[in-house]
Amino acid sequence: MSFHPQMPYGEGWHKSERATAEPGPPFAFSAEHRAQLEELCTHYPPERRKSAILAALYLVQAQQGYITGNAMRHVAEVIGCTAADVEDVVTYYVMFFTRPVGTYVLQVCRTLSCALNGAEQVTAALCRHLQVAPNQTTADGMFTVMEFECLGACDRAPVVMVNNEHWHECQRPEDVAGLVDGLRTGGLASLSTCHLVKERT
Amino acid sequence: MFEPVLTRHINEPEAYTLDFYVRHGGYQPLRTALGMTPEAITDAVKRSGLRGRGGAGFPTGLKWSFVPKDIPKPKYLCINADESEPGTFKDHVLLERNPHLLFEGCVIACRAIGATACYIYIRGEFFHLQEQLEAELVKARAAGYVGRNILGSGVDCDIWVHRGAGAYEAGEETALIESLEGKRAQPRLKPPFPAVVGLYGCPTVVNNVETICNVPVIIEKGPEWFAAIGPEKNSGPKLFCVSGHVKKPGVYEAAMDVTLRQLIYDYAGGIREDRAIKAIIPGGSSTPVLLPDQLDVQCSFDGLVAAGSMLGSAAIIVMDETTSMVWAAKNLIHFYKHESCGKCTPCREGVDWLYNILDKIERGDGEGRDIDLLLSVCDNIGGKTLCPFGDAEIAPVLSTIQHFRAEYETYIRTGESPVHSDFRADEPVAAH
Ligand SMILES: Cc1cc2nc3c(=O)[nH]c(=O)nc-3n(C[C@H](O)[C@H](O)[C@H](O)COP(=O)(O)O)c2cc1C
Ligand code: SF4
Ligand code: FES
Repeated sequence: MSFHPQMPYGEGWHKSERATAEPGPPFAFSAEHRAQLEELCTHYPPERRKSAILAALYLVQAQQGYITGNAMRHVAEVIGCTAADVEDVVTYYVMFFTRPVGTYVLQVCRTLSCALNGAEQVTAALCRHLQVAPNQTTADGMFTVMEFECLGACDRAPVVMVNNEHWHECQRPEDVAGLVDGLRTGGLASLSTCHLVKERT
Repeated sequence: MFEPVLTRHINEPEAYTLDFYVRHGGYQPLRTALGMTPEAITDAVKRSGLRGRGGAGFPTGLKWSFVPKDIPKPKYLCINADESEPGTFKDHVLLERNPHLLFEGCVIACRAIGATACYIYIRGEFFHLQEQLEAELVKARAAGYVGRNILGSGVDCDIWVHRGAGAYEAGEETALIESLEGKRAQPRLKPPFPAVVGLYGCPTVVNNVETICNVPVIIEKGPEWFAAIGPEKNSGPKLFCVSGHVKKPGVYEAAMDVTLRQLIYDYAGGIREDRAIKAIIPGGSSTPVLLPDQLDVQCSFDGLVAAGSMLGSAAIIVMDETTSMVWAAKNLIHFYKHESCGKCTPCREGVDWLYNILDKIERGDGEGRDIDLLLSVCDNIGGKTLCPFGDAEIAPVLSTIQHFRAEYETYIRTGESPVHSDFRADEPVAAH
């Protein structure tokens, strides 16, 4: 029944669509990650530990791949804020994953400069090659394809970022099989890395 | 003849190292500045005419002078290294190739405003730059240029790198502060301005990376030297990012009397396959497009305003004759739809409507009234939002309709794009 007595629409109309995070397995930082977090907290005034929340969430991802309800609760505890504060942040920023993702997350820039240089074709070719749609993970759990907005390297369009941290630039649509094979056999070391490092050094 | 200043050494492999920087005169301006009063530093920056390179072109010395001197609270400097405006990649180059210039500028700026801590807010996607920045910071600290009792002067200034997590809106200065405090990157109502109530409720200056990189140069060569570069009120060296359909995309340093034509044809090598230009975005996606008959405008803050656009982040995106303007507008509106922080209604809801209407036209389902509907939605966003994002998101729609209304009309009438683009996928897989 609806909360509103005269609501003409059916069952479920008032059911909140707010998705809460899956609790997932129990979570606590490893000693090493906890120590890293405590070091990061020293960058801020002692009563401002909350500033380290983004850093803490990156550590969760490093440890467990994605962020679960239990992880949010743990972060809230060690930072000293509420779990709602943490959820608020997790759900805002695009670099946090709330679902399991592949070993390699391929984040293809889709914004104008990259698109003018064939980014649409790169995404289409990757999806075709891996038989997935954007935001889906391959059956073997190896690859997730995502579209990202401008990555700040538009002179090397189209740009692909891998796992939030590694760069592969000037990706041609015809070379996506090479990108995928390279990651399968050589891992992250097979990527072109950031252009300036490579070209100028 | 203009000689690059900020990017003079960027092609040399070791340019980013402390050794290289010091060998080429680095950290000498810091020594000079430590012997100056804070007021004298601010005054030099004021006289140089330096205007902020983050987008708005606000005079930097004036911004610093808003920081109250008599408040006992700590003061902060935040460096805006969120660089997310589509088409912009200049700070990327500075962060990577010239980090010590930034650190030196940070310490001098902190001295001017009385801050002892500086946070470099770097976008999460620049992780590879952060690792190197932090390694170089360790060296600068060990050499006594950063940290406690800098060069024995008794001045303290620490610098920390703070990583964002993917949010364009975090580049807006009060949203950046919120993000730095560990919250969603949503802007605050102004006033109070950050200079009075900023990070942790304390006086705070937010400056762009490139702005601060100019500060050691001003101290080294003098404000008069700096003011003499480029047109009046648009002084100093400037980095331009040229991308899109050009042969040699990249970051080019020039004085602000440079024209669009020079940047596109002389610096960036002209248009791929020598095609004709259809439209140019001169200052990042938030600035109105210009037409090929405006190629001789001066790329300065004032020159581009006079031409009906803005210098913004100096990100020049060039589109050749094969680009559909409806598609280009939709591509950028997708960006804004994705990045709207959602805090105010006109921006949050309006941008969805703009996207849906453009998408409808692009699918071939456009109707005659859709153009006026787009204009009406824009009218309900412009000037009615909490932060300048609202005005930014309507710029691509308004300016493409203004200059290419006939193309919109043909697209709607025939149900398909009047131009064919070889860079597009036959069936884009875009997930909305
Ligand atoms: C939506 C939005 C995004 C912005 N993004 C950036 C950015 O990525 N980098 C930047 O330096 N300034 C950005 N700005 C401008 C900042 O709010 C601020 O004006 C600037 O950092 C001030 O530095 P400056 O005075 O040195 O230019 C943005 C502004 C808005 C409204
Ligand atoms: S204009 Fe948009 S980005 Fe700015 S506060 Fe409003 S909703 Fe957020
Ligand atoms: S548009 Fe792709 S990196 Fe800027």
